[in-house]
Amino acid sequence: MTELIAELQELETNLEPADYLKQSATVKDRFNRLKQRPITLEISNLTKKFETPKGTITALNNINFSVYRREFVCVIGPSGCGKSTLIRTLAGLETQTSGQVMLNGKEVAGPGPDRGMVFQGYTLFPWLTVKRNVMFGLECSGHGTSASEEQAMQWIEMVGLGKFADSYPYQLSGGMKQRVAIARALANQPKILLMDEPFGALDAQTRAKMQSYLMDIWQNIDITIFFITHDLDEAIYLADRILVLKPHPGEVQEIIEVPVPQPRSPEQMLSPEFLATKKRLEELIHPPCASQSSGDHLDVVKMVNKNDEVPSVF
Amino acid sequence: MTNQWLAVRKPLPQSKAVPTAVMSFVLPILLWCLVSYIPFVWHPKIEVTNTGDVSYFKVGMLVDKDKFYEESNKMLEQEKSLPEGNRANPVYLPAPHEVVVALYTAFTTEPKRRNEKWLHESLWDSIQVIFWGFFISSLVGVPLGILAGTYHFFSRLLEPFIEFFRYLPAPAFGALAVAILGIHQAPKIAIIFIGTFFQQVLVVSNTTRKLDQSLLEAAQTLGAKNKSMLFKVVVPGILPDLYRDMRILLGWAWTYLIVAELIGTSSGITWFITQQARYKNFDNVFAAILIIGVIGLTTDIILAKLGKKAFPWQKKEAMA
Repeated sequence: MTELIAELQELETNLEPADYLKQSATVKDRFNRLKQRPITLEISNLTKKFETPKGTITALNNINFSVYRREFVCVIGPSGCGKSTLIRTLAGLETQTSGQVMLNGKEVAGPGPDRGMVFQGYTLFPWLTVKRNVMFGLECSGHGTSASEEQAMQWIEMVGLGKFADSYPYQLSGGMKQRVAIARALANQPKILLMDEPFGALDAQTRAKMQSYLMDIWQNIDITIFFITHDLDEAIYLADRILVLKPHPGEVQEIIEVPVPQPRSPEQMLSPEFLATKKRLEELIHPPCASQSSGDHLDVVKMVNKNDEVPSVF
Repeated sequence: MTNQWLAVRKPLPQSKAVPTAVMSFVLPILLWCLVSYIPFVWHPKIEVTNTGDVSYFKVGMLVDKDKFYEESNKMLEQEKSLPEGNRANPVYLPAPHEVVVALYTAFTTEPKRRNEKWLHESLWDSIQVIFWGFFISSLVGVPLGILAGTYHFFSRLLEPFIEFFRYLPAPAFGALAVAILGIHQAPKIAIIFIGTFFQQVLVVSNTTRKLDQSLLEAAQTLGAKNKSMLFKVVVPGILPDLYRDMRILLGWAWTYLIVAELIGTSSGITWFITQQARYKNFDNVFAAILIIGVIGLTTDIILAKLGKKAFPWQKKEAMA
């Protein structure tokens, strides 16, 4: 019996690596260089438990992960895996039960302007114009009005909303609002930009546009991005590495180095590396056994009349 | 074709909305006219025009319909001359035109005694009482409400007692207010204050709590500390709702006016109303009540218009 297991293990190691693990030389080289960069965010042994009347729920269990400077990390996982809890803990909006979050080597506690956050629900201050929204953080950190106005305008121009500087949020579309929110977070010049499903509420076209805007910004300024999404394509398209979480309790399932070469373009979405990565993510997020037991199909009785004018078309 | 008049939660087209709003006033007035001018509708009294031989009847006297017919039957049996009269409403229901005339004459009639006030002076007294009561209440109540809505500490510290106190009817403090503050304007202002303040703290704290939590979180991630969260997020964030609360609370303050003005020396519009009721000038009483309504409605409309100007960042349809 033990022989058989040993044999199997040997077989497995001799096997070709899965497609998504194959990296071209340039991609491999890029990852090597990336891992030599200083660590911006270090999460160690992070655990978060919630006390509820039904007992203790472990939302995050012993998460360990490091984000390198100027890296783009996406977090993906089925609902209930603690994605949101993770990013909210990093932002300081939730307090961990145990473990540490280090930013540039210093432990962080509570929210602060060194970690910018972009929420799914825009969260622009409705009573402030676009310009004053972007100035908010600068003024909080003690910049004078004229200095922060000048800086704010630069960020607003960068996200292409110069013409809307004096508009109120209600006058903007969802995509424009989210661009303001990104400018507002970046104006504080944070070490890391935390994004909690930022494009989740946008329609498909706007979302694609926002993804390429975000890539443009990321490539051109010194910013590390930690991005939560439930959209597999979005994760692969944007990320250097994808952190896959599994639910109950939220734990790291796998860290995937995306083999799609940088800089990215939408055409790559049909490349073999992209599809191989997507296949792997599908396996992780929707394991085949789970879909049968949890009932991906409804138990619907046929209610179309047999002699109906339009009989079954299936 | 859906029913445009009664579509659930759909706004009426402008061409239907305006006449409907006008009807909201026309219908009650129409009802009032109906009861006043159509002789066979209600009219339970008979105004005597000719006493006949009934000894105690006088011209202009209002007699119950049954009594009048009883007397007139008696006269018939005794073969004496019959009384005559027209059907009329009781004295406490003047006809619309009488009230309209009274609306004018109430302002132009000189007070009967020298120490009494003209109607507009009485009204001005009332408005001052309301203003000061509401102003002092807001000066204290709004900040406390915002604190209670923002910090759990203040909520626990203030709200249990205020919850208790708001069930105590403000007029119950009338005698106490007179004992402490004298008989003139001060105790009246105090009653308006007591009637408004406790509700105000609770309403404002509730409104404050309704501010979108994620705005506070966003502010925190942008580096806002405790104080700037309060003054740069909470206060500006709740302003439009706070403004709407204040409009409603001002209406409540008016409802305490009549009770407040009965305390100590009767004054203001209430004094006018009670005085006129004593003389049975019910047309004047109605006129005074209408004036209160008109003042209330006009201030509210003006405040609503100002509100639209003051908060340009609100979607147009969001402001009532």
